[in-house]
Amino acid sequence: MNKMDAALRELAGMDDLAALSSGIHRLHPAVKFLATILYIFTVASFSRYALSGLLPMVLWPVLLYQMSGIPVSLCFRKLRFVLPLVLAVGIWNPLLDRVPVLQIVTLTVTGGILSMCTLMLKGVLCLMASFLLMATTGIDRLCAALRAMHVPEYPVTLLLLTYRYISVMLREVSVMTDAYSLRAPGQRGIHFSAWGSFLGQLLLRSMDRAQSLYESMLLRGYRGGFHYAETRPIARKDWLFLGLSAASFAFFRLVPVAQILGGMFV
Amino acid sequence: MIEFANVSYAYEKDRPVLRDVSFTVQDGETVGLIGCNGAGKSTVMKLLLGLLPCTEGRITAAGLPVDKAHLPQVRERLGFVLQDPDAQMFMPTVYEDMLFGPLNYGMTREEADRRIDAALKQLRIEHLKGRHNHRLSGGEKRMAAIATILAMQPEILLMDEPTAALDPYNRREVIRTIGDLSGTKVITSHDLDMIYDTCERVILLHDGAVCADGPAEQVLHDRELLESHRLELPLRFSVS
Ligand SMILES: Nc1ncnc2c1ncn2[C@@H]1O[C@H](COP(=O)(O)OP(=O)(O)OP(=O)(O)O)[C@@H](O)[C@H]1O
Ligand SMILES: [Mg+2]
Repeated sequence: MNKMDAALRELAGMDDLAALSSGIHRLHPAVKFLATILYIFTVASFSRYALSGLLPMVLWPVLLYQMSGIPVSLCFRKLRFVLPLVLAVGIWNPLLDRVPVLQIVTLTVTGGILSMCTLMLKGVLCLMASFLLMATTGIDRLCAALRAMHVPEYPVTLLLLTYRYISVMLREVSVMTDAYSLRAPGQRGIHFSAWGSFLGQLLLRSMDRAQSLYESMLLRGYRGGFHYAETRPIARKDWLFLGLSAASFAFFRLVPVAQILGGMFV
Repeated sequence: MIEFANVSYAYEKDRPVLRDVSFTVQDGETVGLIGCNGAGKSTVMKLLLGLLPCTEGRITAAGLPVDKAHLPQVRERLGFVLQDPDAQMFMPTVYEDMLFGPLNYGMTREEADRRIDAALKQLRIEHLKGRHNHRLSGGEKRMAAIATILAMQPEILLMDEPTAALDPYNRREVIRTIGDLSGTKVITSHDLDMIYDTCERVILLHDGAVCADGPAEQVLHDRELLESHRLELPLRFSVS
């Protein structure tokens, strides 16, 4: 089994997770979606040096992971392929911004390092929240909820197909790397001379595959509706969840909790 | 009824894949579409479903012209089992995949559930219902793909290589199921024994043109005709 196969298996495992049942799973998908979007916007809105202000935002996802019975470690294990990309975002900041902003004993922290850490944390938090949404909702229920909220058909279909496209592409990568390694024994990975044609083929093949899956949906009557995921009206506990989440985001955004706590001890 | 009238098609300019193909399939008829690799069988299916635009000639299915305006109605009446089951199954589990079609066509969940169970039972694959699609074997996947289409109970059933990759037991189950279904059926295959078992009429396609169209009894017994088109007699005739 190669790495891509493993990734594929894990993607299917997401559906298993979504089939679990907990209070969080039972929340209305639309409400979970809104709360997640709100969370991501709040996290993104912190200034780039606001590392300490950002820290309490960890609480919301961690709490929800606890309540839904999904270990946080699972999120990082499943997302280990994307994590490096997220962490790489701010990697040049320390070189670009060398103004010292903080002195911890003999260690000087520059603005670049601080903003790099903030950016990384932002990325990780957003990843955690999105993963939780997917793991407790499932792509189909999510799309059905979006349609029920009158989000236009086009972006919803796009979301659904992108999600399916990822698994299609992983499968093609898996098939192609297997085929390659069988004919290139003793070679680790794919020789760089073959990268161009490999990527080109991958793109063509996965696009073909995605196209025929979409056709297969059309042939079975798909016209932008999501009938297979049951939707129910939004209940009081859903509003409560959304309200509490939004209130806590606002609180942590406006009140520098970490600094106040820090001030109490120093 | 299905009608192809003087249909020509080319994927790329100057490389025609179908040339002036004409045939009709009557209601309730089961027709085998045979021909060597690249003869154009799958292309015929795709044109019939409107997956490829018909640029030359005229195609009708279930009394409707296959064109942009009528596509939804045409497709509602047609069920298509793809040559590649991987390209057909897109939901996480077999059950959800089977649910997709019926619910899209406005069926209630109870009605859909009833049809799903009936289709699984018909193919004797009840045990696959809750399985994850991408954890199925090649043959299991094909059986499941056939079941998703049967659950829709289409007026016209199109099957592209339905028995490829099946073990003898499942192959027999598919043959039996095809025989049990009423309605119009068009089946392509290289498994000429299966074609002989299921179809009363056979159309032989070669190089994009119809070379023979007649009773299965006659076409599938014609060694010279088959061999000159890169095919062979069904095993059961060649042994004796
Ligand atoms: N997307 C495409 N673009 C260009 N040419 C194509 C495409 N699809 C098929 N062809 C060509 O059209 C011809 C007929 O293909 P088709 O798939 O209809 O054959 P077939 O009879 O189904 O063969 P098989 O028995 O191998 O399934 C082949 O020569 C093939 O190379
Ligand atoms: Mg074919």
